[in-house]
Parts: sequence; C-alpha cells; structure tokens
Amino acid sequence: MTRSSNAARASRRNFLKAAGSVTTVALTIGFEWLGPSRRAAALVAGPAVFAPNAFLRIGTDGTVTVIAKHVEMGQGAYTGIATVLADELDADWAAVRVESAPADARLYANLVFGTLQGTGGSSAMANSWVQLREAGAKGRAMLLTAASNAWKVPVTELTTDKGVVYHAASRREASYASLVTRAATLPVPDQVTLKDPKDFKLIGHRPPRVDVAPKVNGSAQFTLDVAMPGMLVALLKRPPLFGATVKSFDPSAASVVPGVVKVVQVPRGVAVIARSFWAAKQGRDALIVEWDESNAEKRSSADLMDEYRRLAEQPAASARKVGDAASAIQGASQTVAASVEFPYLAHAPMEPLDAVVKLTATSCEIWAGDQFQTLDQANAAKTAGLNPQQVSIHTLYAGGSFGRRANVWSDYIVEAVSIAKAHGADGTPIKLQWTREDDIHGGMYRPMYFHKLEAGLNAKQELVGWRHVIVGQSIMAGGPFAVTIKDGVDPTSVEGAATIAYDIPNIDVSLATTQTGVPVLWWRVVGSSHTTFAVETFVDEVAHAAGKDPFEFRRDLLQHEPRMKAVLELAAEKAGWAGGALPKGRGRGIAVAEAFKTYVAQVAEVSVDDAGRVTVNRVVCAVDCGMPINPDVIAAQMEGGIGFGLGAAMYGAITLKNGRVEQGNFNDYRVLRINEMPRVEVHIVPSSVPPTGVGEPGVAPIGPAVANAIFAATGKRVRTLPFPKSAQS
Amino acid sequence: MSTSFVLNGAATTLDADPAMPLLWAIREVAGLPGTKFGCGMALCGACTVHLEGAPVRSCVTPLATVAGKRVTTIEGLESKPAKAVQAAWIQLQVPQCGYCQSGQIMSATALLEKNPAPTDADIDGAMSGNICRCATYTRIRAAIHVAAESIKA
Repeated sequence: MTRSSNAARASRRNFLKAAGSVTTVALTIGFEWLGPSRRAAALVAGPAVFAPNAFLRIGTDGTVTVIAKHVEMGQGAYTGIATVLADELDADWAAVRVESAPADARLYANLVFGTLQGTGGSSAMANSWVQLREAGAKGRAMLLTAASNAWKVPVTELTTDKGVVYHAASRREASYASLVTRAATLPVPDQVTLKDPKDFKLIGHRPPRVDVAPKVNGSAQFTLDVAMPGMLVALLKRPPLFGATVKSFDPSAASVVPGVVKVVQVPRGVAVIARSFWAAKQGRDALIVEWDESNAEKRSSADLMDEYRRLAEQPAASARKVGDAASAIQGASQTVAASVEFPYLAHAPMEPLDAVVKLTATSCEIWAGDQFQTLDQANAAKTAGLNPQQVSIHTLYAGGSFGRRANVWSDYIVEAVSIAKAHGADGTPIKLQWTREDDIHGGMYRPMYFHKLEAGLNAKQELVGWRHVIVGQSIMAGGPFAVTIKDGVDPTSVEGAATIAYDIPNIDVSLATTQTGVPVLWWRVVGSSHTTFAVETFVDEVAHAAGKDPFEFRRDLLQHEPRMKAVLELAAEKAGWAGGALPKGRGRGIAVAEAFKTYVAQVAEVSVDDAGRVTVNRVVCAVDCGMPINPDVIAAQMEGGIGFGLGAAMYGAITLKNGRVEQGNFNDYRVLRINEMPRVEVHIVPSSVPPTGVGEPGVAPIGPAVANAIFAATGKRVRTLPFPKSAQS
Repeated sequence: MSTSFVLNGAATTLDADPAMPLLWAIREVAGLPGTKFGCGMALCGACTVHLEGAPVRSCVTPLATVAGKRVTTIEGLESKPAKAVQAAWIQLQVPQCGYCQSGQIMSATALLEKNPAPTDADIDGAMSGNICRCATYTRIRAAIHVAAESIKA
C-alpha cells in the first residue's frame, strides 16, 4: 500500500465528511423553525389517549398510531418507521397504524437535513433509527410503570410482548389499551434503555407493509383522490419554452367551455379553473396565450452537448486531487480514454403532480404527496402573503416521486397557492392537476452531463492514474442549498466520481458547471445516476485493457473498502461469475456503487440478438445497508431500483429542439415495461451497523452492469445514454 | 346529458358530457376514486376498468360509448379470480407507491378470468400496457402465478 493511496482514502473520507457537515450547516442556517401548524394541536388531543411523544399515540382501543415525519412514496418509509418504533414498544403489529406528521420542523425535522422537515437522500431510516427506537422504548417504559403501579410489583418483574404487559409470578397480564389512561399521567422518562438487537421481534423480520391493503383495493388516498364539497379543478397553461413568460392571453374561448369558472393569470402561466378535470382540460385546450420568448432558452440538446464537449477540454474546478494524475497518465505504458454522454431525464412518477389548496385571508391548507413539508410551508406562505404558521400541510400518499416532489422552489405547491390566490382566496378548495404532458415538459430534470475519462496503466498492468472531467449543470445552484457549493464544486455533481473508492495513487476529478435555462433537480440516486455509469463502465474498460477479469480487477482495488468489496464478491459469487464465459450472443457485466452510505453490487446477464437488440435476462444484486430493518422492503427497493434504472439506461431521454422539449408522454418518453423486466435476485449482507437507506442506491449500478454485459456479449462499449435505438426491442 | 350503464353491478345514470372520458366520469361524477389518471392517452394502464368483462383504458373511453353496458372498477371487483389476485398482491407485497396498482389488478384479473393458467408470455401480453414506475414487475408476475395456482386449488 503506497503513501499516496493512504492520502487518497483520507481525502475521500474528508470529502464525504465535509459534504455531509456542510449540508447540515447550510440547512440549519437556511431554515429556522416555522412553528407548529394548526394540525399539530389536534394530534395530541383526546384525554383518554396516551401520547408520550410526537411519534406515538395509543388509544384506549389499543390502536397504536405511529406519526411518520417522512412521506410514503413507495419506498416503504411508513413501514420502516412503524417497525422501528413498534419493536421497541413491543406493540402488536396488527394494531399499528401510520399517520403523516404535520409540518413542524421543531418536532419532525429530518436529522440528516438539519432543521428542514423533508424526505430525500435515502435518509428516512438512517435519521429516524435512534429517534424512533427511543420514542417506542419510552412509551413501553411508561406502560410498564403503569402496570407496576397498578399491581404494586417491581418493573423488573414485568415483561412485554405484542401489546401486553405480563407479570409471570402472579400470572397477571394487562393490554396496553387497558394501561394507557394510567400511563398518560406519568412523567416521560429522560433516559431509556434500548433493546439488545438479539431481542428484536420486528426489525430484521418481515412484518407486512402497512400500506399494502389499501393499495390493492383502491382505497389508498392520493392527492388525485381528494374531493371536497365545492372543490374546483385547475389546469395551468405553462410556457412552451423554459424562461418564456405570458405576453397576453385571450380567455374567451376557454371561458365558454361548460364548467369553466375562471381563467386567471399567475406567475407561472395562465390557469383555467373549472368544476371538473374534463372542463378544465377542454378550457385549457381552447385557451389562447401569446408568449414572450425573448429571454427563453432556445438551444437544442445537440448545441448544449457541443458546448459541454468543448468545456471538457478546458481547465475546470478541482473536485478531488491525489498525487499527479496527468504525469502518471503521461508516463504510463498504456493509456485508456473514453467519454460518456448523458441526457436530461424526467422523473415521471405515475401520479402526475397535484396539490389541493384551501386558501383564505388568514389560512392556507394544503393536501399533497408532500416531500419537503417545511420548505413547502414557507414557500406557500410567501406566495399567499401569510405567516408559515398559518399554512398547514396534510401529507398524503405520493404516487411516486423519485425526487420530483422535493424541490426547494416548491413549484407545484406554489402554483396551486398562486391559483387559489388569483381565484380570490375565498376558501374554495382548488385542486391543481398536472397532466402527463405537463410533467414531461415541466423541467426539473436530471441534468445533461458530459464525462471525459482517462487512465494510465504501468508496465505491470496496474492502474496508476485516473482523470475524470464532468461537465453539466448544478442541481444546488440558485436555491438555498447553493451554500453547499464550495470552490465551484456542487458535491451532487461529482458524488460517486470524486468519491471513487478504488485504490489509485493518482486521481484528478474536476467539474465544469454549465448554465442553461432548463431547470434541473435531483433524480433518484442523484449524482450517482450518471457518475456510477461513467466510473463503472470506464473501470471495466481499463480492466480489459489490463487483460484482467473485470470483477477481479475491481476487487483488487477495493482491499481497503471492506463493505464495498464484500458486496462485489457476494454479487459475483451468487451470479456464478467464476463459471466462465456465457455462450455467444450473451454476456455478463458487473458494477458496484456506494450511495448514501449503502453499498450495492449488481451482475447483469444479457442476450444480444443478431440485430443488436438487448434483453436483460437476469440481475443478481448484493446490498449492504447496515442492519436490515425489513429484508422484504429492501429487496423490493432493489428490484424497483433496478427496473427504474434499467428503463432510464435503455430508453430515458428528454431532448430539446430549439428549446422545445421533444417528448410528451409515455409513447416518446419510454419507461420500462413488464416484458422488459429481468429476473432479479437480491442478497442482503448481514450487518449490525446502524441502517442506511435503500430507496435510491439500487438504481446506481444497473446501467453500467448492463452496459458492461453488452460489451462482454458484443465487444462494443456504450458511450451515449440512453442505449442506441438498435438495442431497443 | 345523461348516460345510463351498469357500474359495479348497479344501474347508474351519470349526468355528464357524453364526450367526457369514462375515467373522469367514474372518478368525479360517480365518486369512485380507485381508478387512476396516469397519461390520458391509453399508454400507461393506470385507468384500466372492465367493460363487459374486458380491460379497457377508461381515459380514452368516452362516457357515451358505455351506455347500456357493464363497467367494473377496482371498487366493484368480486369474481374469484379478482379476489385471488388481490390476495396474491398482499401475500407477495406487490405495491410500492401503489398508484398504478388498481390498473395492474384490473388487467391481471381480466387475464385470469379468460386464461386461468397464464404463461410468462401470456402475462407479458396482458400486462405490458400497465406501467409501474416503481417497477414492481417481478412481483406482479409472481403474484399472477400465485393467484392462478390458488384459483386452481
């Protein structure tokens, strides 16, 4: 092990540490406590209810209500949150219900984010782990004390299981339901002892998801399903180009559509407010708007990529520097170079964005699949001209998000509030509904990127130098998170690249940040949605240049990264990597990533027919997310992450032609369908370290694993995303 | 103008624009919100209902075209295959965000009502019109097989 590689590792750790602390500090500064919403008081109302803390309520009927500070958008957060709390409480899983928390950063901040209440960065379980275990354990301690007082026996003689307190010596038992009234009068303990993990009854097991039953009979309530007396539906006509504004509009044709109530201009466009979706849609179709396009983005994707390619040849901001990569590569006995191009990507959650707003002169009530509650609260308040305390948010099930519903501008929430304001702020509930076309055209994309990579191998075929230039827009720029940008480097643009885990003595990673009129946003697994593809296809290419097996080449460079190495080895073993080459026309590829402190490796097996069409037959996935809270939810997130990432790699692209988005719906913004879904096997590494997230990391390795498998089958590298049309079925 | 049809077994008359897509008529006029809006162009299957027992995309089906016919939504599922599908969905913990699942279940039920022992290719044929962005596809496939087995038993 060389000195420089030690430095490389220290530098990587410092980078990770710095990135994390900077984010926390920024958010702590950026968002002060906004005060409880009106709904917070209602939560603890009811005298016969035991509510020892902000996360737990037990009713006299025995119902255990867990208050979730995170949105449930499919990732299993409600189930995970309830599992952790209920295990320490020793609750009966069948009695557990989950309710969404109101917007109240004092009680419900995401502890990874600082003082912002929100969901993202695969942090729900990581930041809730200790907090919710303590919440459950304190509840249990008080119930034990209540039984101890009633029976006049020491607490130490009592045990609990499935919502019942037992005293073995006297053969007495009491349900939690029968103890809550007494427990509610007791002081909340300051300190509490948490369970020894060997005593977990739910954590590490597979309690069924709390949200499955309503999601198979149609009763789960999404924002789309909110209905109230007198509620109106609004559709917003937005500019055809990013940055265009309303010059003038003619509401006459829209206004005469039966059911249309009002046509109003708002900052983001012109809204048609009607008595039904269908009326609003017809009204919007008939609406005539003239746009001022003078300041709009009018370039095409091809123009942008040309510029990005040029920028990759110019000096850029340093994101990671170890040793002297340029000299190492110059002096190498063999060099390898490649570039990779990535398109804009839309999130396209199944539920198009929607929000219901009931606005009066003194209050604003919002129903949404809300992902950034206290930011949305602040932005809604600003738009409405109210104080944040006057804005309450009801977080409903979100029909997918993949990052889209979490944005610092609260775009769809602000639109809905501005429409309610333009309508007169008269308390009429108004539902803003986006269509699929609104979603695909709506911006907030995963940015386009250009990556340029160079590597040098010495005479012993060892990787001695690594240069990586990334060109693209910053997600954090222009918003409150811009303070995380240091020395010209947005950490989310380079994560997975600047943090490259391989033991390479000379590393140089740099970033050229571009500016376009296209709004961009994090997209499931954020920076690793592109950096992992670039790093993992290029390291594969370097392995082949070195004449080494791509699995063994990686493993040898990960001797100092035991968790990453372990998932790599597990995936290879379960996939039968050592079994040798597959028959002609088939190939196997491997990739590994660390994202949000979770480690994932995947091996993909593909078939490529004579026409070049690619079929992904099988994916073997190994994941280390710390202590597994619910192995079935973890497996589901890996399966889903693989399908989501595979669809993007094979088909995903938002392209601009003279500034206009060329896609509009699932016909031209193609996503994965069931006939394209491979068989997936998930293997979870046993672990006792605190849990990390699973919602996003499974997305990162699939694209490169498949691209590497295509190379193994065909000898051709994938250099442009999505895969070429010839690969599509 | 009103349109009369049989909705989930009950004679129903809806007073709405006959050109209104059935999706919005059953959601906003009949008040049955289980059927979802995903694309508006019959591309994603989230709005799938049964018309005379066959799966249709209600987002492109004008209300007038169902006059006098039988329409079944997720709220009205009663057949043995339907119950088997819903039970299998729970057993295999299929849903994630859940938004597309009403449509998935309607398509899967229609498949099993016609073909009680579908192959993987049959499942692809019947289900590839239903998008799931959470990509719960491996579990959907497995759950359809489980449901088929349970009907046979």
